[in-house]
Amino acid sequence: MHDRVALSAIPAARIEAGPQGPKPRHAFSRRNIFIYGTLIVVSLYYLLPLYVMVVTSLKGMPEIRLGNIFAPPMEITFEPWAKAWATACTGLNCDGLSRGFWNSVRITVPSVIISIVIASVNGYALANWRFKGADVFFTILIVGAFIPYQVMIYPIVIVLREIGLYGSLSGLVIVHSIFGMPILTLLFRNYFASMPEELFKAARVDGAGFWGIYFRIMLPMSLPIFVVAIILQITGIWNDFLFGVIYTRPESYPMTVQLNNIVNSMQGVKEYNVNMAATILTGLVPLFVYFVSGKLFVRGIAAGAVKG
Amino acid sequence: MSTAPTGRPNRLFRNLNAKVASIPMILTAVVIFVGGTAWTVVYSFTNSRLLPRLNFVGLEQYERLWAAPRWQIAVENLLIYGILSLIFSLVIGFVLAALLDQKIRFENTFRSILLYPFALSFIVTGLVWQWILNPDFGVQNVVRSLGWESFVFDPLYNPSLVIYGILIAGLWQGTGLIMCLMLAGLRGIDEDIWKAARVDGIPMWKTYLFIVIPMMRPVFVTTLVILASGIVRVYDLVVAQTSGGPGISSEVPAKYVYDYMFLAQNLGQGFAASSMMLLTVIVIVVPWAYLEFGGRRRA
Repeated sequence: MHDRVALSAIPAARIEAGPQGPKPRHAFSRRNIFIYGTLIVVSLYYLLPLYVMVVTSLKGMPEIRLGNIFAPPMEITFEPWAKAWATACTGLNCDGLSRGFWNSVRITVPSVIISIVIASVNGYALANWRFKGADVFFTILIVGAFIPYQVMIYPIVIVLREIGLYGSLSGLVIVHSIFGMPILTLLFRNYFASMPEELFKAARVDGAGFWGIYFRIMLPMSLPIFVVAIILQITGIWNDFLFGVIYTRPESYPMTVQLNNIVNSMQGVKEYNVNMAATILTGLVPLFVYFVSGKLFVRGIAAGAVKG
Repeated sequence: MSTAPTGRPNRLFRNLNAKVASIPMILTAVVIFVGGTAWTVVYSFTNSRLLPRLNFVGLEQYERLWAAPRWQIAVENLLIYGILSLIFSLVIGFVLAALLDQKIRFENTFRSILLYPFALSFIVTGLVWQWILNPDFGVQNVVRSLGWESFVFDPLYNPSLVIYGILIAGLWQGTGLIMCLMLAGLRGIDEDIWKAARVDGIPMWKTYLFIVIPMMRPVFVTTLVILASGIVRVYDLVVAQTSGGPGISSEVPAKYVYDYMFLAQNLGQGFAASSMMLLTVIVIVVPWAYLEFGGRRRA
């Protein structure tokens, strides 16, 4: 499916193929000790921040002031979590991250659905129903994926203001659909193009039209690519900060923006345990998606890496 | 659906459904990507402040931009961050991929651990590392409490080191992705190459350096472009980790753009700065696109 465009350099399927060949014979050879030793040390380093986040969020403030950040909590408390969720202050209001969480849900769900519907139908049209000029627009779209967002954010503000959606969640949904379009369209176009053409021709002979073939043949056969697209979009949109802060008002800020406001707000005593609980809470959704989806996530990022 | 050719139907309405389905793409490509970019570049030559106005002042905004200490610091930071991030990402990513490619056990576990930070947002990444690098509680405090009283490690509070503190966080978040891309490249290398090298008695590190890496050129090029276009955009990480501080010592261009457009209400400066970002990306992407597509078309 990646054969047609520049991303072809990375055949995603190869990542998934496990190791092959016979097992090495000596379990404790110097080579093995070196390889596993290095990997274990590096893995511990990568896990460290997650560990610190969890440990800090379970401590009380007095313990944090006295102890060291790597020590496990002597007395486990879930109060920071409750506070981060329900009563932490951002400077504007004091109802915690819960507001941001629900805003993020209300942003992510429609954005994921709309962007994938548009891109899948569009990719299908580009792969099977090509018309004159389609490739020109598609090339512009792909090249446009490299333009820094900063160049386009103000014109979009003007467009959204003109249609009366600046500051609303619908406006942000449109923005996410626009910037998700290049990679998703590429993904679907390449997937549909890799399907056997006979299938399409046979359906045409049987009298199926544009939508008939899409719903009855293409859609049921392309479930995996839809899952990849959903993973890609959920993590991407949930983790977005820039668009959230520009295109919504403070009362509808997504979770990432609210998290940043809670942690980096200047007033009051810093409560590091609450901050870390809030940080984990915000990272929980993409982490969940990551650990549940496993190999499909790898496939998604290999395809979507261009999004940056 | 495309109608059967009876007579001479209007060409515009042939294949109508496909055209309707492509309307969002056409609008995005033409209005936002081309139109929006052109609009910003045109207005970067005006003296717009609170509202965009077509009052052209030539290159004045650009002169002011390059004279601004804050922009100079931002560009310098981006250069340091960018070059080091490229080098370390490629080296660490490749070495980890090579280690994972040794037919080891628990490969999936190791890969999951090395890649999970990539699922987290830059905001989360920045906040965690802000906490770990906090001199009063984090690494510095821990080492001091072990007995080394004079130990100093406070990159986020030292103007000349702060960009390296951000680099640590950025590498933690991003190297997993590079490792995955490199691993895919390594798996694409023919097994027979390894066998041939072994038969010829070439040591492993030489095989990697002189045979495998040159063969992976396309993967490296693609990875480079992905890395570079991500680096130019770096924004959230800085906002979360340091808010550009201490002072203005960890500013980056993307933050400069945002601050001038939405906080300082000096749109012209914001447009000029974002146009410079665009220019940077063009300088990176055009040669790559030329090599990647231009060459192939002629072949």
